Amino acid sequence: MSDVKKFCFLNRKAPYGTVYAWESLEVVLISAAFDQDVSLVFADDGVYQLVKGQDTTGLGIKNFSPTYSALGDYDIKKIYIEKESLDARGLTLDDLQHLTWEDENEDWAEKDSIMVVEKAELAKILESQDVLLSF
Amino acid sequence: MSNLHIVNKSSYDRNSLETCLRLADKGGEVLLFEDGVYGAIKGGVKAKLIEDAMSNLTFYVLGPDVKARGLDEGRLIDGIKVVDYSGFVELTVKNDKVTSWL
Repeated sequence: MSDVKKFCFLNRKAPYGTVYAWESLEVVLISAAFDQDVSLVFADDGVYQLVKGQDTTGLGIKNFSPTYSALGDYDIKKIYIEKESLDARGLTLDDLQHLTWEDENEDWAEKDSIMVVEKAELAKILESQDVLLSF
Repeated sequence: MSNLHIVNKSSYDRNSLETCLRLADKGGEVLLFEDGVYGAIKGGVKAKLIEDAMSNLTFYVLGPDVKARGLDEGRLIDGIKVVDYSGFVELTVKNDKVTSWL
């Protein structure tokens, strides 16, 4: 399949203050239907999207954070978090949801989707993409 | 004249909180809500903005916005008070005016 392109979704906004995060997630799920090589990047306030334990009952709006755990089922298994963005916000990997995918080549072994990467590595990941979509 | 300053933008994304704290007069009250609550989390590089201003200003956060973002109240900078929506209303009534830092 030579027509498979590398699609990357770059997320830089916090989850509820604007609609970017939710819109991004919707487009990501749609893109999964097209059998492309999809990866997600969370940087700046985008890292807040994956913070676990979100509870919007007091706001009366939809808590869409559980949807991220479905990404593995959509074969989206590359989720990159910029380490510098986490550090600046006083967050660690433990503060984020544990997202996984199942490897059919290894008897459906559960593997981590989230990779915390430093800026230099992230720059190379971004550079290697065919299509970059920003939210 | 008492003044309630309200900030709804992340201090990691915009300079709204920074400008608010630079221009808010001593004795004022500051309420952080929506993405503004991120500025109230201890351990982040922007926490110092509030920590340095606490001797001059009283800080509040809107609890439901903290909860929505998965941030436990135990992560708030010590001394920040948590209010609910009716507490927000009380603050607006108690002060002579409201300054919004969009």
